[in-house]
Amino acid sequence: MTIEVRGLTKRFGTFHALDDVSLDVPGGGLIALLGPSGSGKTTLLRILAGLERPDRGSARLDGIDLASQSARQRNVGLVFQHYALFRHLDVYENIAFALRVRKRPAAEVDARVRELLTLIQLESLGRRLPAQLSGGQRQRVALARALAARPRVLLLDEPFGALDAQVRAELRGWLRRLHDEIHLTTVFVTHDQDEAFEVADRVVVMNKGKIEQIGAPAEVFEAPANDFVMRFLGHVNVLEAELGAGEAKIAENITVAIGEHNGAVRGRVYVRPHEVDVARAQAAGAFPARVVRVTPLSGGLKIELSVPGLEARLRADLDWERGTALALREGDDVFLSLRRARVFARDGHGALT
Amino acid sequence: MKGNPALAATQEPAWIRRLIIGISVGFVGLFVLVPLLAVFGEALRNGLAAYAHALVDPAALAAIKLTFFTAAISVPLNLVFGVAASWAIARFRFPGRSVLITLIDLPLAVSPVIAGMVFVLLFGKHGLVGPWLAGHGVQVIFALPGIVLATTFVTFPFVARELIPLMEAQGHEEEEAAIVLGASGWQTFVKVTLPKIKWGLMYGVVLCTARAMGEFGAVSVVSGHIRGRTNTLPLHVEILYNEYEYQAAFAVASLLVVLALASLIARRLIARRVETT
Amino acid sequence: MFRRSALPGFGLTMGYTLVYLSLIVLIPLATLVLKTAELSPGELWRLATSHRALASYKITFGASFIAALVNVVFGTLLAWALVRYKFPGRGILDAIVDVPFALPTAVSGLALTAVLAPNGWIGRFLEPLGIKAVFTPLGITLALTFIGLPFVVRTVQPVLEELEHEVEEAAAVLGATRWQTLTRVIVPAVTPALLTGFALAFARGIGEYGSVVFISGNKQFETEITPLLIMTRLEQFDYAGATALALVMLIVSFAMLLAINGLGAWARRRAGHA
Repeated sequence: MTIEVRGLTKRFGTFHALDDVSLDVPGGGLIALLGPSGSGKTTLLRILAGLERPDRGSARLDGIDLASQSARQRNVGLVFQHYALFRHLDVYENIAFALRVRKRPAAEVDARVRELLTLIQLESLGRRLPAQLSGGQRQRVALARALAARPRVLLLDEPFGALDAQVRAELRGWLRRLHDEIHLTTVFVTHDQDEAFEVADRVVVMNKGKIEQIGAPAEVFEAPANDFVMRFLGHVNVLEAELGAGEAKIAENITVAIGEHNGAVRGRVYVRPHEVDVARAQAAGAFPARVVRVTPLSGGLKIELSVPGLEARLRADLDWERGTALALREGDDVFLSLRRARVFARDGHGALT
Repeated sequence: MKGNPALAATQEPAWIRRLIIGISVGFVGLFVLVPLLAVFGEALRNGLAAYAHALVDPAALAAIKLTFFTAAISVPLNLVFGVAASWAIARFRFPGRSVLITLIDLPLAVSPVIAGMVFVLLFGKHGLVGPWLAGHGVQVIFALPGIVLATTFVTFPFVARELIPLMEAQGHEEEEAAIVLGASGWQTFVKVTLPKIKWGLMYGVVLCTARAMGEFGAVSVVSGHIRGRTNTLPLHVEILYNEYEYQAAFAVASLLVVLALASLIARRLIARRVETT
Repeated sequence: MFRRSALPGFGLTMGYTLVYLSLIVLIPLATLVLKTAELSPGELWRLATSHRALASYKITFGASFIAALVNVVFGTLLAWALVRYKFPGRGILDAIVDVPFALPTAVSGLALTAVLAPNGWIGRFLEPLGIKAVFTPLGITLALTFIGLPFVVRTVQPVLEELEHEVEEAAAVLGATRWQTLTRVIVPAVTPALLTGFALAFARGIGEYGSVVFISGNKQFETEITPLLIMTRLEQFDYAGATALALVMLIVSFAMLLAINGLGAWARRRAGHA
C-alpha cells in the first residue's frame, strides 16, 4: 500500500512534535525514519498507526484518509520497542489475537498461526509464555502477531532497541530478508544510523519535527542536504571558514579546495575522517599537523591531530593497511591533505544553507 | 479531524468513566465515611460536656492507661524481634528460611479469638501451666500479663514483615563494605543498617502500635473484663455499649478513631520516605 | 550446612528469633495441638459438627464469602478508578480505603451498628423497605464487606498500575474493540490479583470478631459466628468444644494461607521477566 502524508502537524502542549511534515512511501518500500530523540519520528509512526491524532494535515493509506477508518479497517501492523506481548497468552494466542477479535473461524486461525510460526522459525514454541522466551524470540513473536491479519503496512518503533548487539544484528538482517520475501510496505523508526542504512531502501532524516532529507542511504551520506544531515550521519570534521571562489580558508595559512556555493563569504567546511590523508612527507596542498592520539577501532585507526592555527582537533580515520604502514605515534609530525571538502555557506542571516 | 477509533479503543467512553467514579465514591462514602462520621455524631449527641465527661471517667482513664501500657511493652518486644529476624532472614541463606518466614506470618492467619484462646489453654485455670503458676502466685489470664501476651502474639509479625522485604531489596553490599573496612557487627548494624531501614522501621512500629492499641478479640478472651483493672480501651467501649451507655461508648470510640487516623496519616507520610530511600 | 555471607551476627539473631518465635507463637499454638490430641477423633468430630457449630459455620463462611465477592466487584471498580482516572478528591479516596484496616475492630463494629440500626443514618432508609440490617446475617455480611474493602483494592491496585499502556495500544491496533481489550487483555492480567484479594478478604472475614459481634446480636443458629461460639465455650470452660471449633477454623485459615501463597507464586511465574 502507498502512504501519503501531507502537512502533518502535532503539538504536545508547547512542544512541536511534528511541524508540517509531508512524505510519500511507495507500495512495497522499506523506509527508515531516522533522527535523534525528539525529532518526531515516533510521533509520525504513531499517527500512521492511529494512536495519535494530528492537529493539522492528513495521512492517507492507499488513498483513503486514516481518520475515516476504524483500526480494523485500516489494518496496520505495529511492533513496539518493548514488544508489548500479552503476558498471559502463549505465543500461539498472541499471534492469533488479531484474527480472534475479528471472529475468524478456528481452522483459518490455526492455518495462519502455523504459517507465521514457521515464518519466524519458532514452530516448537507455540505454547510457551512470553516470560519463557528470550528478547529476540519475543520480538519475532511481536512481528508475527502484527502480520497475522495481513496488514497492508508494517510499522516498527525502534524494534531492536531493547536487544543486545548480537541479537540486534541478526534481527536486522532477518527483517531485510523478510521484506524481500513478502514485499510489505514497511516503515521503521530508529535513532541508529547503521541500522537505518543496513535495512532500509530509503532513509528519512528527521530533526525537531521536520524532515531534513529523504533518499537512499548512499545518497544521504554522500550528498547531505544540509548541516544537520551532514553532522548527524557519521563522524565529520567541522571547520568554520572564509569562503572564496573554489577555495575556503580554514586557518591563517591553510586553504582547501571546495565546490560551488552561493557566493557568501562565511560558511562551514566539512571533511569526513576517511577523507583526510595523512603522510609523513610534505605534498602539494598539504599542511602540517601533530599526532595527539592514536586509537584502534574495529574498522581501523582513529587519529586525533592538532593543527597549528586551528582551534579544534582534526580526526582522521585510516584503514588497517594504511595505518600499519604509517606506524604513527603520539607526537609525530605529519602532513594532512583534505581529499574532499564540502561546504555549506551562511546566508545573510547567518544560517547555513 | 474526525474521531479516531483506534484512540477510542484505548479508553472507556466518558459516561462509563463517570459512572465508575460515581459508584466508587458512593461505595466508599457509604461504607466507610458514614460510619466514621456516625461515631463522632453519636459521641457528641449529648454535647461536649458529656463527651469530655466520658473520657475522664476513672474507668476510662484506667482503660487508657492499660492500653498504652500494653502497647509500651508489646511494641518494643516485637520491634527487637523484627530487627533480629530480618537481619537473620534478609542477610543469610539457610535451610528452612521460607518456612521461618511463613511461621512468622502465622499470627496473621489466626483469628484473634483463637489467639486469645491458646493463651487461656496455656495459662488458664484449667490450662497447661496455669494451675502451677497460680500456685506460685502468678496470674496470667484475667490479668495484665495475659493481655500483654495476647497483644504481643497478635502484633507479632508487623515489624518483621516491613523490614524483611526492605532489607532484602536494599542488599548487603554496604554492610559487607563496612565489615571489610574493619567495623564490628554491632557497629555495622548501628552505623550502616539502622540509618537505611529507619523509615521502614518506623512504619512497622506505627502499624504495630496501632494494632496493639486497637486489638479487641484476643484481649477480650484473656482479660476477664474486670472494670478498671483489665479493660483496654476497646473492651471499655464494649462494656459501655452493653450497659446501654451509648454516648459514652461512642465518646471512647472516637478517641480510638482519632488514634487510628493519626497512625494512618503517619504511615502514609512515612511510606513516602520509605520509597525514596 | 548453613551458607552464610561475610556478615556476623547470624548466631545471635537467629537464636533470638527462634526463641522468641517459640515462646510467643509456637508454644501457645502447640498447646492447641496438644489439646486436640487429648480428644479422640470421634469426640472431635462430634463437637465440630454439632448443630450449633454447623449453623455457625454456615453464617461465618457464608457471610465472608458473599462479602469477599462484593468486595471483588466494587474493590476492582475502585482500584480502576483510582489508577486510571483523575478526579477531585482522588487522593482522599485513596487514603480512606485504608481506614477499615486501621480502625480497631470494636470501633468498626460499633460504628456500623449505629449506622445500620433502625434509627441510624442509613438504617432509617432501610426500615421502611422492610430490610433489617442489625441482628441479621445481612448485617454480618455488611460488616465483613467493610472490613474486607482494603484487601481487594490494595491487591489489585499495584497490578493495574503495572499494566503497560502499550499492551492496550497493541490490542487496539490489532483491531480489538474496547470491550475486547478489557476482556481479553486486562481482565486476565488482573485475575490472579483478584483471586488473591478475594482469598485475603475471605480469610480475614472468617476470623473476624470485634466488628461483627456488635451487629450480629449473636442469636444461636441465626447470627452466631464461629469466633463468638468459641468465646462462649471458653466462658463455660468447655475447652474441648472450643478446641474442636478452633481446629476447624485453623484448618480453613491455613488452607487459605496456602492458596494465597500459591496464587502469589502463580502470578509471579506468569508475569515473568517482561
